[in-house]
Amino acid sequence: MPAAPVIRLAHLGKHYETRAGPVPVLKDVNLDIGPAEFVAIMGPSGSGKSTLMSILGCLDAPSDGTYVLEGRDVGALSRDQLADLRNRVIGFVFQGFNLLPRATTLDNVALPLVYAGVGKSERLATARQMLERVGLGPYAASFPDQISGGQQQRAAIARALINRPRLILADEPTGNLDTRTSQEIMGLLRQLNADGGITVVLVTHDPDIAAHAMRLVHLVDGQVAEDGPLRRRVAGSRAR
Amino acid sequence: MTMGPMLSEARQAMGANRLRTFLTMLGMMIGVGAVIMMLAVGQGARDFVDRSIASMGRNLFVVLAGSATASGVRLGTGNVPTLTVADAQALEELATVDAVAPILPGAAQIVYGANNWGTSVLGITPRFLDVRNWRLSAGFPFDDSDVRSAAQVTLLGHTVVKNLFGDEDPVGKTVRIGKSPYLVMGILAAKGQSLDGRDQDDAALIPITTAQRKLFGSQFQGSVRFMVVRAGSAEAMPVAERDMTQLLRQRHRLADGADNDFSVRNLTALVSTAAETTRTMSLMLGAIASISLLVGGIGIMNIMLVSVTERTREIGIRCAIGARTRDIRLQFLLEALILSVVGCLVGVFLGVAGALLVSAVARTAVVVTLSSVLMAFLVAAGVGIFFGFYPADKAARLKPMDALRYQ
Ligand SMILES: Nc1ncnc2c1ncn2[C@@H]1O[C@H](COP(=O)(O)OP(=O)(O)OP(=O)(O)O)[C@@H](O)[C@H]1O
Ligand SMILES: [Mg+2]
Repeated sequence: MPAAPVIRLAHLGKHYETRAGPVPVLKDVNLDIGPAEFVAIMGPSGSGKSTLMSILGCLDAPSDGTYVLEGRDVGALSRDQLADLRNRVIGFVFQGFNLLPRATTLDNVALPLVYAGVGKSERLATARQMLERVGLGPYAASFPDQISGGQQQRAAIARALINRPRLILADEPTGNLDTRTSQEIMGLLRQLNADGGITVVLVTHDPDIAAHAMRLVHLVDGQVAEDGPLRRRVAGSRAR
Repeated sequence: MTMGPMLSEARQAMGANRLRTFLTMLGMMIGVGAVIMMLAVGQGARDFVDRSIASMGRNLFVVLAGSATASGVRLGTGNVPTLTVADAQALEELATVDAVAPILPGAAQIVYGANNWGTSVLGITPRFLDVRNWRLSAGFPFDDSDVRSAAQVTLLGHTVVKNLFGDEDPVGKTVRIGKSPYLVMGILAAKGQSLDGRDQDDAALIPITTAQRKLFGSQFQGSVRFMVVRAGSAEAMPVAERDMTQLLRQRHRLADGADNDFSVRNLTALVSTAAETTRTMSLMLGAIASISLLVGGIGIMNIMLVSVTERTREIGIRCAIGARTRDIRLQFLLEALILSVVGCLVGVFLGVAGALLVSAVARTAVVVTLSSVLMAFLVAAGVGIFFGFYPADKAARLKPMDALRYQ
């Protein structure tokens, strides 16, 4: 393990308050993820994968334990500091793409730059460049409902990448896509990881998708059941 | 986040639901329009009253003949000829009294050529024009010698001239009032409506002696119905009122404890009461209109709350890519502000147009002042911010994950 992890979770716990009382979802999760790692998280439905991802993405706060991101204790940060982390350090890719329906592909991709305070011409130039990079150059002026799911996810990835984040969090990014498109998206993420040195954490139910990762974390009942280099674990996960 | 993208996003968001945007603005338009119109109508009424007061003359009393009770029979004031021209002359001698204009009013048919017109004819002395602050637009007034000789001369009001002469110049012409010919010596300058809505230009003036002896044939020699009295100054009015009452009681030989057979009314006080009433009324009109502004504001708040709920997921997405609390708050606040300000601009336009329409249809003075427009505008912007703040704040306080998970 390299000396300074990008992500360090110590005794992390999360429960949701419901009318029937607190529902524990994550229990004593300990996890270190280093720079430029490519981690796949698998596990049965309801095991807390998405919950974990939302905590990693600073969209939700843990109930117990600590989350240290690039050496900073996230629990001690203000709302706006968290927003800044989401803007500059983390790129989120969702299963449902989550593009703004009323904005063009180009405007969607450029939106994080708006919150980063980048000027208009630079914003649009960077966004156009990023669209070219994910192969969406001709669709800059299209609206999300005018392009395919695979294209929408590419746009979402372009948006996640536009502020040069050091961490990409992808929660079932291929869950709504066919096999071929899924492989294309994975190729893109892999390239970012290998060429750009970006840390990627990916949640998936598909062993073929997980196979792109270097390390597999198996989450069961809100706890890390298995954690190790991938080649040894794919077979076990397939037996699920 | 800077203003440029915020504005274009606000435009997008509002453009996505045009009808709703319009209806929300409509509330604001009606509110602002109503406020401006009401203020204009109120201001018009106040201006009218102020002008009437100024044109009426200052420090005036009206002394009416007759009292509440006369010989056991209740009669309206002014119906019993207890005042005389001699009384008027005596009053004028008082130190606190500046001028007295005795008046004997009546109605008569005036005929010129083939035209005839029924109007009120006032028997007056030359003092009248001065006391009432009336001017001539043509010709000359009659003088004391005309009064002494009961000359058959007249001064005609504008409405009378218009109906009898059309475009013809009446000065020097002879009209028939009742059964006798009268020489038209002059025309009274137009004055418009009086405070109680009567046409002040629909009148003819003749010497009071002529009215007493020839036109109305009063059974009591030298009687007048009422007098307009001008006090020396505003400060002297209370003293003047006392002096006049005293003098008239003495002249009419009223025993101590007997009722006055005349009444003295402070006209200036009456009119300032009217002015006060108008002021209060115009304020109330404005207040009522402000309520519609408030309702418009509530409409904005309502629609912004709906909008925040509808766009919860969008808010979550924005949070996930780095929007700060103030970015979200400002975005929704800006939308509310645009709704109210644009609604307000159109409302100002509607209000001014409505005010002009009212003045054209109702023929009343309507005055749109810049300050009323500015005030309505500022209030509207304030309403937008005030009622937009809560929804915007609600949006800004959403937890990112809750917003993202919202279906
Ligand atoms: N807001 C919430 N309130 C209450 N319980 C919640 C809430 N969000 C999630 N849960 C519960 O937490 C558990 C974990 O949910 P999570 O979405 O993390 O599962 P997951 O591993 O991502 O599942 P899947 O593979 O189906 O996406 C579930 O049992 C779910 O019911
Ligand atoms: Mg999930």
